[in-house]
Amino acid sequence: MGYPQPSHERETPVLSKYFGDRDATSLDGWRKRGGYEGLRKALSMTPAEIVEIVKASGLRGRGGAGFPTGIKWSFMKPGDGKPHYLCCNADESEPGTFKDREIMRWTPHALVEGCALGAYAIGAETAYVYIRGEFTEPLARMREAVREAYDAGILGTNSMGTGKRIDIVVHKGAGAYICGEETAMMNSIEGRRGNPRIKPPFPAVSGVFAQPTTINNVETLAVVPHILVHGADWYKAMCLSSPKSTGSKLFSVCGNIARPGNYEVTLGFPFKDFLYDLCGGPLPGRTFKAVVPGGISVPIQTMEEAEATKMDYEGFIEQGSMLGSGGVIVFDDQQNMVKQIARAARFFAHESCAQCTQCREGTAWTTRIMERIRDGEGTHEDLDTLFSIADNMTGKTICVLSDSCAVPVVSGINKFRSEFEALIKKPKFHPVTAAVA
Amino acid sequence: MTAAIHEHETPYQPVFVGDRRKELDALFPLYPTKMACVLPALWMVQEDRGWISDEAMAEVAEVLELTPAYVKGVVTFYTMYNQHPVGKYLVQVCTTTPCNICGAEDVVAAILEHTGCTDLGITSPDGRFTVIEVECLGACGFATPVMINEEVVESVTAARVPEILAGLK
Repeated sequence: MGYPQPSHERETPVLSKYFGDRDATSLDGWRKRGGYEGLRKALSMTPAEIVEIVKASGLRGRGGAGFPTGIKWSFMKPGDGKPHYLCCNADESEPGTFKDREIMRWTPHALVEGCALGAYAIGAETAYVYIRGEFTEPLARMREAVREAYDAGILGTNSMGTGKRIDIVVHKGAGAYICGEETAMMNSIEGRRGNPRIKPPFPAVSGVFAQPTTINNVETLAVVPHILVHGADWYKAMCLSSPKSTGSKLFSVCGNIARPGNYEVTLGFPFKDFLYDLCGGPLPGRTFKAVVPGGISVPIQTMEEAEATKMDYEGFIEQGSMLGSGGVIVFDDQQNMVKQIARAARFFAHESCAQCTQCREGTAWTTRIMERIRDGEGTHEDLDTLFSIADNMTGKTICVLSDSCAVPVVSGINKFRSEFEALIKKPKFHPVTAAVA
Repeated sequence: MTAAIHEHETPYQPVFVGDRRKELDALFPLYPTKMACVLPALWMVQEDRGWISDEAMAEVAEVLELTPAYVKGVVTFYTMYNQHPVGKYLVQVCTTTPCNICGAEDVVAAILEHTGCTDLGITSPDGRFTVIEVECLGACGFATPVMINEEVVESVTAARVPEILAGLK
């Protein structure tokens, strides 16, 4: 079952199978659907064995960076005498992305199970699930699921009767995009302002509360129990293009498209079929103009690029963009790209934590110039200035928020330059000159 | 200005007494430091009072063994903590790019018109509504999502606004 519409026959529903199924939200309902079998199996194995299975599956992080999950877990050294922590990144705030919201809303026990399993695999006794404050319904469902799991003895000092301790704490954020950046999230959990930290030290060495920490996305953790139940080979076999991209992936689709929503496909799926067949193509009487395929932080694709894309980590890079978080934003011929890129820049200016000068000033300057061009007050020099600012914002700051602001601007000017020039060339009405004439 | 002076004249009633204090104390074992309870404690204040005053920040500081300045630093970082009183209904409309291309600006205009708010961030004269724009509510496929206090209403269009607002008591 999908939500808001049933799964398409060409989808591969692993995580989204029970979206829209209210019975799946309870512990009983989840157990009837095979829930907690992955955790039961995992607890009978050693952490090292679990890490090897996850490595062999080829699973890569679903939050945006695509780092191999098994390798990330292997950075946590067992027996170092320190408390280890797992942080689940449920701060989903990348514009265009709303998949983790649906996982927590419909299948909260999938995430509880994934967190418990992940915690055990990295030698942690505590997992913090950091959920953004705006997600009131997912927060309520997760809190209820955690409570049920404690009552049933799945969590606590004697997890599933194995004598192992696994605690899960749901931590509510308070409105800050940047807290989806892993080091900012750790600061936020510690009760600080959500400023990102300089790396190194990396979280596996010194993370939350200065202890070894692993941070994983909701979707990544939720799929691990399936890998334990069905095996690494089953997961690895889900692959339609690059062997480096395995498994199914949730894509959130929004914007000017017939059927917005979440779609789960095997990696490597043709993007053209995805947009026109699964999502129903453009709205009546309109045509697609551009796609941002992985959340607002990735480069904009022209339709030519999008239609040639295989939907996996490598495929999106080959066609001038990135898979990112899988948040597909579709723009049609009714949209002015300058206006929308200006709006994206304003988002980043609002969300900059203001630690780094390049970001604090750069996002604000970019927004002012973009809005000036949008309002017909821009000059050709402004385009050069935007490139120069973007250059100074890329690769020069503690985190990548600054880079993310530069990306849509640079790709927008390069791919839709005529729209910028049309606004710049627009004749201006000067009240003073008009009065004199 | 006058209103602010009057507020200070009213003696501050602490939040962390009785059950609220017990609720906070129950959080301490979940984290290795007391400081980690700043965000949860501030949420409790806001649930009870609707906003977080300087006096409340000082109280949070005291119960968590921090300084008021530190707590204020945290409060001012996060957009969901109200630093001023808001209307009975805080209406947050997502206007970030994905919603913007689906008509979020029309939704904002309709909400302002039907709530009687003169502008964003200005509480309506009857004290019922404060309307603000919010950056990405994470429900982009259900454009335009509007968050009214704790509830997110999906797929709001300008035409649906009167009916949604009429549903609020």
